[in-house]
Amino acid sequence: MLLRYRGSEGMYAWAFHRISGVAIWAFILLHVLDIWLVGVNKDLYNEVLAIYSSPFGRVMESLLGAALLYHALNGLRIIIMDFWPSMTRYHKQLWYLNWVLFVVIGLPILIQIMVPAFGLEPPFRFGS
Amino acid sequence: MSYQVTRSGRARPQGSGWELAIWYLMRLTGIGLFITALSHYIIVHFVYDPAIQNSVWVTARWASMAQRTVDWLMLTFVLFHAFMGVRTVIGDYTSGGKRTILTLFLYLAGIVLFLMGTMVVVGLPMPPEVPA
Repeated sequence: MLLRYRGSEGMYAWAFHRISGVAIWAFILLHVLDIWLVGVNKDLYNEVLAIYSSPFGRVMESLLGAALLYHALNGLRIIIMDFWPSMTRYHKQLWYLNWVLFVVIGLPILIQIMVPAFGLEPPFRFGS
Repeated sequence: MSYQVTRSGRARPQGSGWELAIWYLMRLTGIGLFITALSHYIIVHFVYDPAIQNSVWVTARWASMAQRTVDWLMLTFVLFHAFMGVRTVIGDYTSGGKRTILTLFLYLAGIVLFLMGTMVVVGLPMPPEVPA
């Protein structure tokens, strides 16, 4: 049903926005709980944080980053159309622009996060 | 209720009042999160690898009051935006008593998380002074 209702870019943009939004909401529940732990039980917090650097954690972080980046870019697209209604005419082009930015911004981040899971050094180095 | 033709997440509510205020606040907090949440993600996943992060790292990061302030603002933005967003989802798929109960639980969870997050951002002791 999800894939047949109306169809076309506008519906997919909306559906992905909703799915990524609910996924981010679920992560926020977890993330506020885990940072709360740093104040009440540091050892347990450190154990939880170790999951983030595991290979499984890195896959989940990449998915989280993809959801965040899509939701952020499409959110800007929505704001542009809400406050500049004539841009609604170009909603498809804006959506394709979102995907171009998604790949260009997302790919280096994906590589940086996933490479250590294969025992290699992260390609981008900052500071020391 | 009349809807404008829109490709938006949600059509702008007609008239004024709470619903319109929430509609504007979703967009304002969205812009706030575009800056704070994306830079937060880039700092803790791209610039610094999670493998070097632990409670000591967090304490050092929160040695700065500016950092704590930004993080508390981000907490406020994200809880408003995420919980009001899920409220829209609940409103779309439920009605009557079920909608009321789910929305009340949602608000309760949001308030509890706001208190927990504020507690740690404000309350975590500063790290001991280290000579520069």
